Amino acid sequence: MELNSKTAVELAKLLDSGKVSSEDITRACLDRVESVDPQVHAFLSVDREDALSQARASDARRTEGKSRGPLEGIPLALKDIVAVQGQPLTCASRMLENFVSPYDATAVERLKNAGAILFGRLNMDEFAMGSSTENSAFNRTSNPWDLDRVPGGSSGGSAAAVAASETILSLGSDTGGSIRQPAAFCGTVGLKPTYGRISRYGLVAFASSLDQIGPFTRCVEDAALFLDATCAHDEKDSTSLPDQETDFLKKMGEHADRKWKIGVPKEFFAEGIDPEVRSSVESAIRYYEEQGCTVEEVSLPHSSYAVPVYYILATAEASSNLARYDGIRYGHRAESADNGIDLYYQSRGEGFGEEVKRRIMLGTYVLSSGYYDAYYLRAQKVRTLIRSDFDEAFAKVDCLIGPATPTVAFRAGEKTDDPLSMYLSDVYTISANLAGLPAMSIPCGISSEGCPIGMQIISPVLKEAEMLAVAKQFEDGHDFKGLTAPDRLQGEGAV
Amino acid sequence: MKKEEQEIDLDRLCVLARLSLSPEEKEKLGPQLARIIGYVEQLKEVDVEGVEPMAHAIPLENVFRKDEATPLVEREDYLRNAPASRAGQVVVPKVIEG
Repeated sequence: MELNSKTAVELAKLLDSGKVSSEDITRACLDRVESVDPQVHAFLSVDREDALSQARASDARRTEGKSRGPLEGIPLALKDIVAVQGQPLTCASRMLENFVSPYDATAVERLKNAGAILFGRLNMDEFAMGSSTENSAFNRTSNPWDLDRVPGGSSGGSAAAVAASETILSLGSDTGGSIRQPAAFCGTVGLKPTYGRISRYGLVAFASSLDQIGPFTRCVEDAALFLDATCAHDEKDSTSLPDQETDFLKKMGEHADRKWKIGVPKEFFAEGIDPEVRSSVESAIRYYEEQGCTVEEVSLPHSSYAVPVYYILATAEASSNLARYDGIRYGHRAESADNGIDLYYQSRGEGFGEEVKRRIMLGTYVLSSGYYDAYYLRAQKVRTLIRSDFDEAFAKVDCLIGPATPTVAFRAGEKTDDPLSMYLSDVYTISANLAGLPAMSIPCGISSEGCPIGMQIISPVLKEAEMLAVAKQFEDGHDFKGLTAPDRLQGEGAV
Repeated sequence: MKKEEQEIDLDRLCVLARLSLSPEEKEKLGPQLARIIGYVEQLKEVDVEGVEPMAHAIPLENVFRKDEATPLVEREDYLRNAPASRAGQVVVPKVIEG
C-alpha cells in the first residue's frame, strides 16, 4: 500500500522504525494531489515547498530525538476556514479571495506543536454554508467514490482529500453536520467534539454557539490522536472549556470490550431514510448486540424541530458574525462606491455568494423588530427542549446510534435549486450541535451503487473517549479501517 | 400570494443587512425565503410555556482575563489585508462633507 493511503497510527510506527521519513510521506501526498486533484478538486491551493520544508524539519527533530509525539511528521490538510500565519484564508469566498492570515489559529498552533505537517487549503461551501461543497466560489469538489456525486459539505474538500488518499488526516469544522455528513458521504471517520473542547480562536465564525473544529481520518485511533493534540483550554476563546481531561487514545483503550447500553432513537429511522442506509445501520446495531451490548429504543420527541431551530439560530448568528465583512479593514472592497455607506452595500453585494446572502437575509429577518420573539426566542426555547430529550435518553443509555445521513451522497446539481431540500440532508446531525454533544460518523456499509454509508454515534457531553471506544468496537469487527475510495482515479491525469 | 410571502420586505432587510441585491437576485430570493420561513413556522406548534431559552449548550459564566495588553499582530501585517492603506492607517471613502 502507498504511504499516502496509510493511517497515522501505521505511519507513526514506520517513522519510528526509521524505514520512512516524513519527507517520503509528505512527498507521496503531494504527488497524489498532483495526479488526482485535477479530478477531485479537494484543494483550493497547496504550498508544496512549505510542506516539504516542514517535513524536513520534522525529520531533523526525529533524528535529534526530539519527536513531538505520535503526529510528528504526519501530513494534515486544512479546511480553508482556519488561520495559518502567512497562508491564504478564503473561506471559498470572493470576499476573502486575497486574504492572508496574520496569525495562527490555536488549533493550528497546537497541531504544529504536535509535529504535524500542515499543508493545503481545502475547498468548502462558502463560509461553511452548505451541505455539498457546491457553494464554493471557486470550484465544485467531487466525491472520490463517484465524481458525479457531491462529497457533502460544508467540509467537502476535507472529506474528499482523506477518501482520495491525498492526505493522511484533515481538519474540518462542524456547525450543523459539516464534518459528519461529508465523512458519511466519502466513507471516512469524521468527529465533532463536545462544544468548547477545541478552541475556536482563528476559526472563521459562522454560528459561534454551534461551530466546532474536528478531524477527518481513515481510522478511529487517528481521530483520538487529533483530539489529543487539539483539545485544551484556550483563554483566547471565552467558550473554551476549562480543566479538560484528554488522553483519548489511552482512555479509549481502557473502555475496550465494554458492554455498552446503546440507545436507538426511533425518530432517526422515520420517513425519508433510504432503505439501504436503514438496513446497513440496523445491521451495525445488531453487531453490537452480538458483542453483548444491550440495545433499546429511545425517543427524542423534539428532534423533528432541529432543522427549523437550526436555520433560525444559525442564520441569526451568521448575519451578526458576517457583519464584519464591510469592505473597510480587509476583504473585498467595491471599486465604484463613492461614499462609506454605499461601500458597505456594494462590497457585500459583490463579495458574497448566493447561499451566504440567503442566510444573511434570513438571519436578519428572524432578528428584526417584531419577529424576534416569534422566531429567535422561540427557537432558543425549543433548543432547550431538544437538549432535554438527550438528557433523558442519556439517563438510560451510554450513547445513541443511528444513521449519519438519510441517504448516500446525492448527485451534483440535484439540490442546488432547492435550498430547503439541501438543508434537510443534515436532519440527523444538527441536534448534536444544538445540544453541544460530541458525535461522530464512521463507515458502516457500501450501497449497491458503490456509495459509502455512515453510522452516527452521539455521546453525552465530554464522553469522547467512550464514544471512540464504541466506534473502535465496530471498526475492529469489520473491514472499514483504512478505507479509501476505489483507486480508479490514479493515472487518468487531468480530465 | 401566500400570507408569509407578503410579510417579507426584502428592501427593508437589505437596509438592515447593508447588502445590495440585484433585481434578479431579489426575484429569486423572495419566494425562497418565504418557503423557508413557512417551513420554520412549525415551531409555533411547540409548547414552550415556562421553558428557558438556551443561548449556549454549555454556558460558562464570568469568563474574564487580566486587563493587560498583549502583542497580537504587527500593524504592518494587519494592514497587508486592508484594501487601501496609507501611513499606517486604513484608507476609507470620505465620510464628512465639506
